[in-house]
Amino acid sequence: MFAIPLAWLQLLRERVRLLVALAGIGFAVILMFIQLGFRDALFDSCVRIHEAFEGDVFLVSPQSSSLIAMKSFSRRRLLQTQGVEGVASVTPIYMGFGLWKDPAKKGTRGIFVMGFEPSERVFPTSLLPDLKPTKLKDVVLFDRESREEFGPIATLFERDGTVEAELSSRRVTVGGLFALGASFGADGNLVTSDLNFQRIFNRDLSKVEVGLVRLDPGADLKQVLRAIRSEIAVPNGDIVVFSKAEFVAFERKYWQSSTAIGFIFNLGAAIGWVVGTVIVYQILYTDVADHLAEYATLKAMGYRNLYLFSIVFQEAIILSVLGFIPAFFLAIGLYNMTEKATALPIFMTQDRGIFVFVLTIVMCVISGAIAVRKVQEADPADIF
Amino acid sequence: MQTPFQNTHSGPTAEPIIAIDHVNHYFGSGRLRKQVLFDITARVEPGEVVILMGPSGSGKTTLLTLIGALRSTQEGSLKLFQAELYKAQNSKLVNLRRSIGYIFQAHNLLNALTAQQNVQMTLDLKPDLSSREKKLRALDMLGAVGLKDWANYYPSQLSGGQKQRVAIARALVGQPKIILADEPTAALDKKSGREVVEIMRQLAQQQGSAVLLVTHDNRILDVADRILYMEDGYLKEMERERGADMAGAFG
Repeated sequence: MFAIPLAWLQLLRERVRLLVALAGIGFAVILMFIQLGFRDALFDSCVRIHEAFEGDVFLVSPQSSSLIAMKSFSRRRLLQTQGVEGVASVTPIYMGFGLWKDPAKKGTRGIFVMGFEPSERVFPTSLLPDLKPTKLKDVVLFDRESREEFGPIATLFERDGTVEAELSSRRVTVGGLFALGASFGADGNLVTSDLNFQRIFNRDLSKVEVGLVRLDPGADLKQVLRAIRSEIAVPNGDIVVFSKAEFVAFERKYWQSSTAIGFIFNLGAAIGWVVGTVIVYQILYTDVADHLAEYATLKAMGYRNLYLFSIVFQEAIILSVLGFIPAFFLAIGLYNMTEKATALPIFMTQDRGIFVFVLTIVMCVISGAIAVRKVQEADPADIF
Repeated sequence: MQTPFQNTHSGPTAEPIIAIDHVNHYFGSGRLRKQVLFDITARVEPGEVVILMGPSGSGKTTLLTLIGALRSTQEGSLKLFQAELYKAQNSKLVNLRRSIGYIFQAHNLLNALTAQQNVQMTLDLKPDLSSREKKLRALDMLGAVGLKDWANYYPSQLSGGQKQRVAIARALVGQPKIILADEPTAALDKKSGREVVEIMRQLAQQQGSAVLLVTHDNRILDVADRILYMEDGYLKEMERERGADMAGAFG
């Protein structure tokens, strides 16, 4: 029937050691959560704009590698795309980095600027409610979730209704706010009209960075993609065509594989895991060493090695579960703190929670597997 | 519980519960190999109380660990309940240990468990008992060693004599047919040492268990039916009177 839960009672008997063990495991768990959270937040933040785009198909230059390093292509390709069957409308989007001068502190900082025809719907109205102000000369919309270094623009705007600032040595007026959020690549965002974009960057509008294509209702995405590729992309060779999902994946892949960031955060998580493994091993080893005489006694009573192994593994599992739970909630708190401090989209996901929990279990079981060798020293014939 | 027991009582030519025949034992290997037991032959009948005496290093504990199935027999024949331990597999040894009650010099109780839980650990090896029954039997046995009110205390809260009594309860609760005790009174004062041995003998008699007791303690020799004396790895049987004299020499 129900045997005495020796593993649990032994852990409970040494309260201080149990708390130290849980703190150590919790530390490792939090480290893993933070590292993996940062990594995912980075990737998520870099595709926030992509995911917000209200378009079905996107054209970019084959030389473009990510949103912060866009090359332009001829606007003519976009006009040609308009003629493909199934395409409802196209919008050219211009992108570039301008130098923003904080009106309060007078420091400058690079800011990501997008320009497009104000009457076009490029972003959902929930994110970008009103583009009308940008029809006026030198009026821009400011992302309220940009990093604080750009100045208290949102606060000033809400107080005064308008803010004067300087963008790439040109006097501009903030005529509205929106909320897309900062990314690792762009600390802040501006949106303006294509004409203002032309003025600010002194650029010819026949070259565009992103072509946004909307399909007719009921049009088959795969078919249209195939048609644009074979009729326009392949013969000219100066654009690549993405569905929205492919566009998001393209950006994500750049950050994952072409930068060191993914590796760095994975390494950080791995170190957390190793630290946790060592801590749990130390605790389990000490525990076994302390109970060696007792374990030898159990063997003399007729308990098998298997029973003693199971005690060590039970302790390992109990430690991992008890260490994980508080660390999980602490990690959520730290995520909220980080989100406030960095404007990055960092939050707990179910997948990450499960993944780190599995890592924690594996961590404790591996430690247990190493510590279990000590149990074999508990030989009743040698001890008495 | 185990079939071999029944055979031991089956007829007038009942087999001894412990049968040791020409057992030699060695420690180490190669040039360091050292013989510690020489041609040991002895028998213990069911229900007998036998004391094993001898100076330190004479091989008493080694013999006890052989009988306790804590190691396998290297040479000669050692039978418990007619099961041969000569070159026995470890799994066979582990199974035999479950029919033996072992009491150690140090109490070796599990510190994380209460007195009652410690006693119950023996019963956890018997899968056919319900947890309620295990609990009741553990409490009964604690009552029998006079610790009924101490069932929920941890070993660290008990005196040396009380701890050793819990250890006795743990060894006896499974109703083993053999009880092995390795200097159970060594760490106790005269009074509690005496008590512990008395309880052990009394309970063993009630259960019909054989007791093999290793001791230096001449104050407890009178509980024995027979006294065996061991020196330099050789075993001799002693007359009671002479045993008492010899014991006096140690005292």
